[in-house]
Amino acid sequence: MVAMTEKAWAAASAVSDPELPPLTIADLGVLRGVHTDASGRVVIRITPTYSGCPAMTVIQMEIETALDKAGVKDARVETELAPAWSSADITAEGRTKLAQIGIAPPPDPGALIECPRCKSTATEELSRFGATACKSLWRCTSCLEPFEAFKAL
Amino acid sequence: MSDPALFRYALGLADDQLVLGHRLSQWTGHAPILEEELALGNIALDLIGQARGLYQYAGELEDADRDEDALAYHRDARGYLNLTLVEQPNGDFAKTIARQLFYTAMALPFWQAMTASTDQRLAAVAAKAEKESAYHLRHATEWTARLGDGTDESHRRMQAAIDQLWEFTGELFAADSAEADLAALGIATDRASLRAIWDDTVNQALAEATLARPADSWMTEGGRDGLHGEDLGHMLAEMQSLQRMHPGLSW
Repeated sequence: MVAMTEKAWAAASAVSDPELPPLTIADLGVLRGVHTDASGRVVIRITPTYSGCPAMTVIQMEIETALDKAGVKDARVETELAPAWSSADITAEGRTKLAQIGIAPPPDPGALIECPRCKSTATEELSRFGATACKSLWRCTSCLEPFEAFKAL
Repeated sequence: MSDPALFRYALGLADDQLVLGHRLSQWTGHAPILEEELALGNIALDLIGQARGLYQYAGELEDADRDEDALAYHRDARGYLNLTLVEQPNGDFAKTIARQLFYTAMALPFWQAMTASTDQRLAAVAAKAEKESAYHLRHATEWTARLGDGTDESHRRMQAAIDQLWEFTGELFAADSAEADLAALGIATDRASLRAIWDDTVNQALAEATLARPADSWMTEGGRDGLHGEDLGHMLAEMQSLQRMHPGLSW
């Protein structure tokens, strides 16, 4: 069964986030874990970033498709709320990928938001709410580039 | 049903989030600026997401084969248990902000307290709602200050909104005996205990916005018993129209 859960993890962790395709659900910390239940069925556990994240249904479907392709049959995807997702759950690789696609990673507590283009910390918030629940809108006052930042949650 | 009191409690909380979330979603395409279009839509999404978690739990508690959609789309206004504040129509932008301020100033400490609920499911919803409510409250207090301490016209409208919605704030802290029993078990939160925090938040927001706190007088109550104003029925008629016409339809 270990081999099966490893196979399932490999397939599920390669699933892209529908709203941030360069990042996988493992990069974002949305993928919580894989185990087998009492009947030997593979269970994939995911958690939403925000309560109303509309991507969860698509993520679930894509995990099911990926597992099917990988030969993991009859797997189940479960959504768990506790412990609540935090922006600190984004992996180091996830943070690097966010910066590469021009989205400032969530700041450490008390830290300033860095412009993903020129790395200046002379930045200002334009709107706390962005195109998705997990992002806000910012502008760099050094290079004047507007950009999105992942919200600390 | 294993626990009718807990079912009603979860359902009332779910109805609060759904009704307020739907009201905010009605701003889509009408918000004063693009950033507010996004903000109100995002807040609505958070609330509807919280509602889903609560409806799913309520459906399991009731154990009567009603899922989240059945609970949301196939109950009439009389069956809705939301607080009367959240059903109040959007009005102008000031009224929407006043409603957000009054509700969220209660919701943030409420969800904070609920993270310690002995009910694991409610505590899990609360842990997410707490974080989201913190964003919602900042949004509401910032706009309250901007409108109240803005132009003569925005000040006049913000004060009118505060005055108009004040009568619905008493119910935020009222609990019936069933809720009090759940609070005694550590499942629910004693709403009266939120009053002092709410007063602090609201007094500070009003003072910063140069707005006057209305005098307490008669308060509207009854939402948790399914007693609502006419507006909720109109809202539900629109919100439920598709599922009423095509029951069980899914994407």
